[in-house]
Amino acid sequence: MTAIPLEHVLILACILFTIGFFGVIVRKNTLFMLMSLEVMLNAVGVAFIGAGSVWQQADGQVMFILILTLAAAEVAVGLALLIRLQQRFKSLDIDCLSQLKG
Amino acid sequence: MLLSLLPFYPLISFLLIVLLKKQLSWWQTSVLSVGAMLICAITSLVLLNTLNQAPDGVITSHLWRWFSLSDGDSFASVNFSFYLDALSAVMICVVSCVGFLIHLFAAVYMKEDENFSRFMAYMNLFIVAMLILVLADNLVLLYLGWEGVGLCSFLLIGFWYQEKANVLAARKAFIVTRIGDTSMAIGLFMLFNSLGSVNIVEVNELATAQWQVGNNDAYWICLLLLGGAVGKSAQLPLQTWLPDAMAGPTPVSALIHAATMVTAGVYLIARMNGLFILSPQVMNYVAWIGASTLLLAGFAALVQSDIKRVLAYSTMSQIGYMMLALGAGAWSAGIFHLMTHAFFKALLFLTAGAIIYALHHQQNIFKMGGVLKRLPFESGLFIIGLICLMALPGTSGFFSKEAIIAHLWSSPTAGQALWWCAILGALLTSIYSCRLFFIAFLSKERFSHQVENLSSVGLKISLITLAVLSLVGGFLAPDLSTVFAKASQEVSHMVEPQWLHAVAIATPIIGIVFSWFYFSKYRSVEPMNYQKAEQNQNPIVRFCFSGLGFDRLYEILLIKPFVAIARLNKRDVVDQLVMSLTWYIGLWRDVLVYSQNGLMRWYAAAFAIGLVCFIGGWLL
Repeated sequence: MTAIPLEHVLILACILFTIGFFGVIVRKNTLFMLMSLEVMLNAVGVAFIGAGSVWQQADGQVMFILILTLAAAEVAVGLALLIRLQQRFKSLDIDCLSQLKG
Repeated sequence: MLLSLLPFYPLISFLLIVLLKKQLSWWQTSVLSVGAMLICAITSLVLLNTLNQAPDGVITSHLWRWFSLSDGDSFASVNFSFYLDALSAVMICVVSCVGFLIHLFAAVYMKEDENFSRFMAYMNLFIVAMLILVLADNLVLLYLGWEGVGLCSFLLIGFWYQEKANVLAARKAFIVTRIGDTSMAIGLFMLFNSLGSVNIVEVNELATAQWQVGNNDAYWICLLLLGGAVGKSAQLPLQTWLPDAMAGPTPVSALIHAATMVTAGVYLIARMNGLFILSPQVMNYVAWIGASTLLLAGFAALVQSDIKRVLAYSTMSQIGYMMLALGAGAWSAGIFHLMTHAFFKALLFLTAGAIIYALHHQQNIFKMGGVLKRLPFESGLFIIGLICLMALPGTSGFFSKEAIIAHLWSSPTAGQALWWCAILGALLTSIYSCRLFFIAFLSKERFSHQVENLSSVGLKISLITLAVLSLVGGFLAPDLSTVFAKASQEVSHMVEPQWLHAVAIATPIIGIVFSWFYFSKYRSVEPMNYQKAEQNQNPIVRFCFSGLGFDRLYEILLIKPFVAIARLNKRDVVDQLVMSLTWYIGLWRDVLVYSQNGLMRWYAAAFAIGLVCFIGGWLL
């Protein structure tokens, strides 16, 4: 079994991260923004796993589990906020939340 | 002691009226202000009497040290102290006695005005400033009084400030006299710079001791002081403010613009005689300024239609006589004429005020007519004023004016040309006086209202007293020989023709006879539209009517360019530099406000871009 080179893993992680980031910026719908955030977190997870397997260390996998729990907590809070948003503005448009405008 | 208190009586009255404005009734205000003036008048007469017994003819009174001046090595203190000699004694008597009579008149005349207490307060303040001016022992204190009377003049011309014309007249008077005042201030600086003193007596002595006749410094200082005098006394070329100043209430015209303030310039030159004597050239200018003003004002007075403007121009021309006298070195005659002029011109103005009041504020002489029959008392007094103005033999004006004219022919700084100017001026004076009298007092009535007589004891007392003073004022000639002892020039024994005095005495009578025939149509009973006929027919008449076009000239030469420059620089250039700073700050504020848009995604993008830039910069 040929090992996948680290560069490929990192490039994949970068591409995923960028896609996720642009998703966050471009999408107006908050639900899709949360999904894009998940993509970004997983891109980071891929990078950790790749690095862990190259150096044969457990730390990479530990970090991934940590990110997974973090993502679960974040989604729980995010979805709660999403429901409040829907109740208040009858839409999921993130631009409704602009009361802090200067 | 009496001397130091003199300006404080009207000052206390002024302060009380200003502070208790609301609580005082008409009666209380009048008693306060007129009473203060009565005390002032009595004190001045007592002082005049004490002065005669004083050993060296001088009373001084030191109140406190105001401040001190030093220019390195020399040191001069400017005191708040008064100096009374024969000259200032004449002035305080004129100011306080005529001032008292005018206050008495004003209390009756202005009774109906809703701002009566403000009026009396300003009048009192004016007397304070005028007394400080004439009593000052140094030029800085004199300048304080000088500016004080200017301020009061401004306030009183614009007393009825609801009307725009009055405010404009007040502003004009203030600005025009300010030009003269600035020149005088520069003169004072130069004087202190070269002599190291501002005390009047010291300056006169030091100047005589240090400078030869014709000294260059003396020439410039005298010229600058003359500028101040010209502005205040409404002489050529700063004379344009006086006719407009008639916008103020009539007692103001009588007190400030005829009897006292406008003669301050004459007083200044007489006071600084030790300095002016060193500069015969400037004395000659003084004489020529006086002569040209008296002719100019005489011509302008010939065609005016407003009774107060006729009197204003005649005031200018009489002050021209005083200047002419000073320029010719006839110091005493000039001050004597100042005194008699104060009497009869105050009488003329106050009587004119009473007539204007009786005719429901009608000032146009072409709309009067027949006043002699309807208001015989006022008319009689007005005639007395006019004959003094014309200098008919026996009246006060005769003595003073003849004294001036007699000096002119053989004076080294005047001469024959100026003598002829003075004679022509006297002729003009009698012609315009007659014209005024014929149009307004003779002929048929041209007003439709019922006359409304001001019958009050106070008013009659003041008018009759002034009339008596005008008639007998010639016998009250002040003895000023001690003041002008040094300045009186040795009389050059030039042969004077015998006919000089005869001509001088005959001139007014010639004028009367001439106008009796020339203005015969004004005496006719036939109502005619004289004014239109007079003004439409002749461009020269219109030119004279506008005061020989000086207003127009100044408007083209000075006001228009100034306004154009002001308009050009409406957005102040210096201001723009300062404002660019606020523009810069405002720009950044706008940028920051724009970035604070409350949009989540925008913040996220900005954060990411910032991070990329930061990391990129760190890696490279």
